[in-house]
Amino acid sequence: MADTAPSQPPQLANGTQRQGMSLAGPAQFDQDLYGQDTPYGGYVPSIGVTGDDEVEDDRDRALPNRKQYTASAATLSDLPAEEERRQGPDPTSRRIADRQDQYKQRQWAQMISPARNDAFLMGDQTPDANSRTYADVMRAQQLARERDNTLQNIADKRKQQEAEEMAGTAAADRERPTKASLGVAPAAPMAAPEAKAALKKRGNRWDQSAGADAKKQKVSDWDAPEATPAVGRWDATPGTRDDGATPGRWDATPGATPGAGATPSVAGSRWDATPTGTGATPRRNRWDETPTPGHAGSDATPGGWAGGETPAVGATPTPKRQRSRWDETPMGQTPAVGATPAAGAGMPLGMTPGATPMGGLDMATPTPSMLQPGATPTAEQYQAMRWEREVEERNRPLSDEELDSMLPCDGYKVLAPPPGYEPIRTPARKLMATPTPMGATPGYQIPAEDRGQMFDVPQELEGLPELKPEDHQYFGKLLKDVEDEQLSVEEAKERKIMKMLLKVKNGTPPQRKTALRQLTDKARDFGAGPLFNQILPLLMSPTLEDQERHLLVKVIDRILYKLDELVRPFVHKILVVIEPLLIDEDYYARVEGREIIANLSKAAGLATMIAAMRPDIDNIDEYVRNTTARAFSVVASALGIPALLPFLKAVCQSKKSWQARHTGIKIVQQISILLGCAVLPHLKALVDIVKHGLSDENQKVKTITSLTIAALAEAASPYGIESFDDVLEPLWKGIRLLRGKVLAAFLKCIGHIIPLMDAVYANYYTREVMFILVREFQTPDEEMKKIVLKVVKQCVGTEGVEPEYIRTDILGPFFANFWVRRMALDRRNYRQLVETTVELANKVGCAEVVARVVEDLKDESEPYRRMVMETIDKVVRDLGSADIDARLEELLIDGILYAFQEQVSDDANVMLNGFGTVVNSLKMRAKPYLPQICGTIKWRLNNKSAKIRQQAADLIARIAIVMKTCNEEKLLGHLGVVLYEYLGEEYPEVLGSILGALKAIVNVIGMTKMTPPIKDLLPRLTPVLKNRHEKVQENCIDLVGRIADRGAEFVPAREWMRICFELLDMLNAHKKGIRRATVNTFGYIAKAIGPQDVLVCLLNNLKVQERQNRVCTTVAIAIVAETCSPFTVLPALMNEYKVPELNVQNGVLKALSFLFEYIGEMGKDYIYAVTPLLEDALMDRDLVHRQTAASVVQHMSMGVAGLGCEDALTHLLNLVWPNVFETSPHVVNAVTGAIDGCRLALGPAYVLNYTLQGLFHPARKVRETYWRIYNNLYIGSQDALVGAYPRLADEGLNTYGRHELDLFV
Amino acid sequence: MATLQDRFNINSQLEHLQAKYVGTGHADLSRFEWAVNIHRDSLASYVGHHPMLAYFALAENESIGRIKYNLMQKMLLPCGLPPEKEEEG
Repeated sequence: MADTAPSQPPQLANGTQRQGMSLAGPAQFDQDLYGQDTPYGGYVPSIGVTGDDEVEDDRDRALPNRKQYTASAATLSDLPAEEERRQGPDPTSRRIADRQDQYKQRQWAQMISPARNDAFLMGDQTPDANSRTYADVMRAQQLARERDNTLQNIADKRKQQEAEEMAGTAAADRERPTKASLGVAPAAPMAAPEAKAALKKRGNRWDQSAGADAKKQKVSDWDAPEATPAVGRWDATPGTRDDGATPGRWDATPGATPGAGATPSVAGSRWDATPTGTGATPRRNRWDETPTPGHAGSDATPGGWAGGETPAVGATPTPKRQRSRWDETPMGQTPAVGATPAAGAGMPLGMTPGATPMGGLDMATPTPSMLQPGATPTAEQYQAMRWEREVEERNRPLSDEELDSMLPCDGYKVLAPPPGYEPIRTPARKLMATPTPMGATPGYQIPAEDRGQMFDVPQELEGLPELKPEDHQYFGKLLKDVEDEQLSVEEAKERKIMKMLLKVKNGTPPQRKTALRQLTDKARDFGAGPLFNQILPLLMSPTLEDQERHLLVKVIDRILYKLDELVRPFVHKILVVIEPLLIDEDYYARVEGREIIANLSKAAGLATMIAAMRPDIDNIDEYVRNTTARAFSVVASALGIPALLPFLKAVCQSKKSWQARHTGIKIVQQISILLGCAVLPHLKALVDIVKHGLSDENQKVKTITSLTIAALAEAASPYGIESFDDVLEPLWKGIRLLRGKVLAAFLKCIGHIIPLMDAVYANYYTREVMFILVREFQTPDEEMKKIVLKVVKQCVGTEGVEPEYIRTDILGPFFANFWVRRMALDRRNYRQLVETTVELANKVGCAEVVARVVEDLKDESEPYRRMVMETIDKVVRDLGSADIDARLEELLIDGILYAFQEQVSDDANVMLNGFGTVVNSLKMRAKPYLPQICGTIKWRLNNKSAKIRQQAADLIARIAIVMKTCNEEKLLGHLGVVLYEYLGEEYPEVLGSILGALKAIVNVIGMTKMTPPIKDLLPRLTPVLKNRHEKVQENCIDLVGRIADRGAEFVPAREWMRICFELLDMLNAHKKGIRRATVNTFGYIAKAIGPQDVLVCLLNNLKVQERQNRVCTTVAIAIVAETCSPFTVLPALMNEYKVPELNVQNGVLKALSFLFEYIGEMGKDYIYAVTPLLEDALMDRDLVHRQTAASVVQHMSMGVAGLGCEDALTHLLNLVWPNVFETSPHVVNAVTGAIDGCRLALGPAYVLNYTLQGLFHPARKVRETYWRIYNNLYIGSQDALVGAYPRLADEGLNTYGRHELDLFV
Repeated sequence: MATLQDRFNINSQLEHLQAKYVGTGHADLSRFEWAVNIHRDSLASYVGHHPMLAYFALAENESIGRIKYNLMQKMLLPCGLPPEKEEEG
């Protein structure tokens, strides 16, 4: 509309803006034509006439409008709108899920595990079969690992086969394929479906475990997950080791007939007792049979087990495991085993596998992803359904009544439809069909009153906020009308919670507040289960938005406090939902997540937390391990590191899996990042826990260990080197032996440890590590490069490293390898390189480094030039240019000028700063170059491109001081004239820079010497003050203020008055700096031309409506009074109080308040003058009068304390005092301030006498107020009150008299 | 206690600040508690101002140190034992 039009509407004299009609913008209603008093006045002008905002607004579409053509509902629902959008992160979306990258989206794949058994609650009892115990969870975890191992093995196997096959085909070129390679080929594709089946079957395990078999699991081997390390078990099989393992496992599969699999409950049935499928001879086929060498050999190829499926190929695929733990315990009948990959052969478990891949796992609370497909429509489906319904409704056949009303009654006859006619009912086809003329004509349709179609009106719930479409799946139950009596207690509770959650999620702030309070208060009545079962799925909803997440997290936070130990069974559930917050990109989300987990650990206790998270520590999913490590670090910070140390020690030394060790060490890393220097007391213990990881056989563990030690060293810096003694040796050995990623991590670690060392050691170790670093300078690996730079920076910055060593050994290769164009392209590399180079320069001196890069200022790549410039800027700023010799100086200026002139990119600041820094640091030595520089500037001021002009002007502002230092005043004056000529500049950015440059020149050469003379310059600035651009305003007001301050006499008073009027508008500026500069300028002008005229102008401005403008005006009045003495201003100001207008009177009072604040003790001469006015104001009916007058009293009394104005102040305090009972916070504030001021001026004893009246008043409201004043008094002058307290009569046993005070000598 | 209204306004900060100091009072303070505060403040003030101690010493014909000690001892129960709390409805 009008305000979006690009040009500013014309400003009229009276300050109001007129709405013009825009030709180019969107259409508008003409107010003159369609005003309220016209026949069309009834039309609502606010309805969008452009039509583009109607598309999305469904709620307003209760009445049908004319027919539209659209795609069929089927097509619409097929459109992959949402799904496609979800593909990549969309940073603008409010939905959290839309913004996440792939890694973070893994959060939606996590499931909310069922509630766990609370070991504390149970005591010695056996947990009931339904609740998951720690053992259950560990077992599940073990199974998952198992499966993962197997799949991994299969994948390896297949890869190997493929490799073999390749080799085979290669060999086939030379000779005929051997039998063995033929056998391999068909087996490979089979592995894939097997693996998948295994995967899907796995998911069903828990559904079954609810049955009676659950107990039997207990006896199985699985129960002792610790005892059966995955690798160890397979290691037990002799013969082919790695690849033999998997097929060995699978060997059982062909053996198990479907029948055997289907009856898993046959007690005592042993795997080895199951007849093999092919085995015509049902011999007891024990695994622990000694394998024949031949068998063992064929075992290695999967041909053996493929034979089980197709007996034709494998001759007798007897299982040939030597000895495994499997046959030690009979366990065939447990479904757990049935669900393990052994089931892959297709055991009919009675479940359709993989309808929901992750579903079936006994979920107390289903995840939304599981709910979505069937149960409730998603937002998109909902939309599509609505469309469909709408189209149906519009295209429904006309009823007889409607036809009757449309057509004349007589002269027409109703014909029977021809035999065999079937009306078309499906909307899709109807859309294709020729539309009826009625519908086709896009003419005006009389809107029908009510045709009973409510399809678009969202169902309203009594007293509840609106439901969004995506809320239906959670809150759908609320839509059903039910009688309260019919509900069971549980259902009623559920409904109640649901209502409150909906209010919290979608409600207005008051609704939210009450619901939140109710939820908190009744948390224990509701119980943890019903609450979390509703809250947590909401948090897992893929349509969740930031605000909603924040609110729900807040709910959890509040109820955690209340629930306390009741929360224990739900700890893991909550963690699954909250942990992703810890890696959120939003800082506040991370903080919230930390807070919740900290509270959770305080509520549930350490044991429960460990029990809940222990299984996740060696989860196969890296995402889970990562988030768990972070959560653990929060637990450590909440419960203290010492509490967690024993556990961490055990985890980090886990023999079972490298994942556990990895996570354990990562926890330590996260702890040190989170706690910072708070790790210092436990540094030794933490380092001891992780140090063995440096020699771990797993690369990832090694890497994370060194990163952890690096984090610890960083957190401890600059203390704690003694804790790292033990790791130094492995680190040093490591950097000599290792390569690649691990080496990078080791180097980083050393880089953080060296700064902790003593100077001597640091020097020694730096030399040691430097030789590796120099070798790695050449690495092509980006990550390594960054780390090397960082380590160089750390080492070089250390005290003991000598400049000479750096000069000879480091600088050469460093510049050769890192100062290349490519480094400037990546933002992080760029920054790191600049920092490191500056650090080097700090050691070896400015000239050494500058000389090496100065040539590159003329490089052809601009980003590279900029990097060079930034480095020179920082180096010169830190170290000065004293050691730069004449030749280098010349090169430098030459290079800088080249780089400055050649820049084309938007970011000119680096070049400008560099230029300014170098020239300023050269001081007098810059003189020979100034004419050349100024020539360039002048030439560039004339450039066609606005950006170049702006840069030139900015440069003048930066070098003006140096030009003055070099006595180039003539040149400066010349530049001033040139700039003056460019004041007609039309680009505001450039104009702002030009004004800034003028300001800089005026500042250095002074008002008298300025060319052009001030009397010519200022009138030229007056129109510029009208400019509304912020940069122009700021620079212009600064310049004008400067002139008013220093050179007001050069300009006629009339010109200053003109400027005063312009300045009034500037009080509306958004930027505080502009407003402040403006009021100060008023002061300068008033000083220059006398306060009268300025004051009139300001007092008139008190009548304007805008508050900010009035406030600024009062400040300006006060400043004028301060600069020109109050007596010049007060009479006019007090006279203005007579104007019977609220704003003006308040403005006067406010001005008085500022005035007395500014003039301080000068106020004692004016107290008696203003007292009658204040009397009146303090007795005014208007609250704001009294409030402002009270603040006048406050400032006045503080100014005149000790100057003998007690009589007037007592009088004023008497008038202020009755206002103590006001309730408006601002008034309370002002009155308290006034009383405090009087305490200073009149003495505390005086005010105490006022307060004593009400301290023990029968009315509580009075007591409250009086005690508040008493407390203020007491805190302010506690000691001084001792002599003023009243005598208290003794009472019973208590003596209240202070007898010391009665002593008399 | 603060009412709902002024729990959220700027003055709540003031009251919070006041409550942090020992010796401040509130609407439910009893006469005894207030007197104890007054006494302790007074005693502390005497001890803090040496001329006061000297004056008391002169008047009581005791050494300044003894006076100081006595005053400090008096801090413990300046007004005697607290009266029985009467239950209010």
